[in-house]
Amino acid sequence: MTATRRATDTLVILIVLLAVWQILHRIAGATALPAPLPTMAYLMHTVPSARFAANAATTALEFAFALLLAYAIGLAIGIWMGAHRLSGVVGEPILVALYSLPKITLYPVVLLIFGLGISGKVAFGAMHGILPVALLTMGAIRAIPPVYLRSARTLHLSPWQTIATVLLPAALPEVFTGLRIGFTVTLLGVLLGEMFASKQGLGYMIMNAMSLAQSEEMMTVAIVLFAFAAIANGLLLWIEHRLHRRV
Amino acid sequence: MTRVGLIRIAVIVAMIGALELACRLGFINHQTIIAPSEMASALASLLASGAINADIARTLGVVVIVIVLAVVLGFAAGLVIHALPRVREALDPLFATYYAVPIFIFYPVLIAIFGLSPIPILLIGVATAIVAMIIATLNGLDRVPRVLTKVARVHRLGRVATAMTLQLPAAAPYLLTGVKLSVSYGFIAVIAAEFILSPAGLGRDIADAYADFDNRRMYALILFLLIIATIVNAFLHALDMRWAERRAGGRP
Repeated sequence: MTATRRATDTLVILIVLLAVWQILHRIAGATALPAPLPTMAYLMHTVPSARFAANAATTALEFAFALLLAYAIGLAIGIWMGAHRLSGVVGEPILVALYSLPKITLYPVVLLIFGLGISGKVAFGAMHGILPVALLTMGAIRAIPPVYLRSARTLHLSPWQTIATVLLPAALPEVFTGLRIGFTVTLLGVLLGEMFASKQGLGYMIMNAMSLAQSEEMMTVAIVLFAFAAIANGLLLWIEHRLHRRV
Repeated sequence: MTRVGLIRIAVIVAMIGALELACRLGFINHQTIIAPSEMASALASLLASGAINADIARTLGVVVIVIVLAVVLGFAAGLVIHALPRVREALDPLFATYYAVPIFIFYPVLIAIFGLSPIPILLIGVATAIVAMIIATLNGLDRVPRVLTKVARVHRLGRVATAMTLQLPAAAPYLLTGVKLSVSYGFIAVIAAEFILSPAGLGRDIADAYADFDNRRMYALILFLLIIATIVNAFLHALDMRWAERRAGGRP
């Protein structure tokens, strides 16, 4: 019952958004903002094209590497700061301060260090993802009841065994929240990176389409990215809810 | 100063010192990163020359307008949505997804519609910041004690009067969380938009300095923006800490 209702609500929202889009199209004109239907027609024949696939593949590759780095480094920092009390207390405000900085200001620095190729965008994407993963992992590990750790010590578990069999399973639901947010912001970071001084990827495609006044192409890329992000987030949220219920 | 605070400052000083040393000793190429002391002196002379005053005023002006619009409109929208439970329920999937999709990707679309002016920057800033305020308003209103709305009815207060004299103060500690996020999101969106493509502003200045290989100017501007962002965030954090006690007390 609630599931169907939620599905109906989502559908209604989509219809309202389409209506708003249509109205904006009427106001702005077809060159600035094409109507939904022509855009969909454009989308249908652009998305399967080799040009789109090549750009999407670049973005996917950068995003995958960036995510891998963000997760690895974020989890490492989070576990360390969560398990080692003093490091956590000292480091948390520093991480929080870094998290709320406009990281785009540092993008030129990233480009100077890593160059204009794929690695620059990977590094910039990872920069976005590391902090939420680290902060939420740290919070999750700190919230573990001390008795778990005492049992681990009684059983003479090695530090690695403690992490793998006690800390991570107990902290998993909240850690997963961090991974989900990390996913979102890393994607944003990679796309932002592609929108500046880049010659490849979906972010570049949007900027290029804008300078060529190809509005259908802009909307197409935006819709594909929105759909990908929304579906991925829905899936991750679903897993997250299941993890929370399990505990 | 507590021991932890001292260690924290020592860590930060050590990191900046290490960067300074690495730059001075030539471990880090001068064309990549300049020494922190050089950044500071470049910023000092840039500020003294007054060359970026117009861009500072422009960027901070846009940021302030974005924040005011996002906070005021977000609070108003939150009030309306809170009064309509069925609408709120319907909007739930939207709120849950909103910050998961890269809204910023719409910035070029806005430029296509409105041209290269401050309007697309303003709109993308408000679009990024407003939903955090709406969600915080809904959260806050959920926690307004029932008795207050009853008091409003006893005194025959109108909708606006109830909102301004009862709901706003009662939900204030929660609204502050929304304001904090709105400030942070609005600031980030405006700088990002300026950096990617804009006629002027500090973000654009950084992009230009990068393109001109003018590292002194670029690092001075980056330092300036990071200092401003840190001060604003620290201020909001301190305010939030104070109000956290009121939230914890459960009293308005």
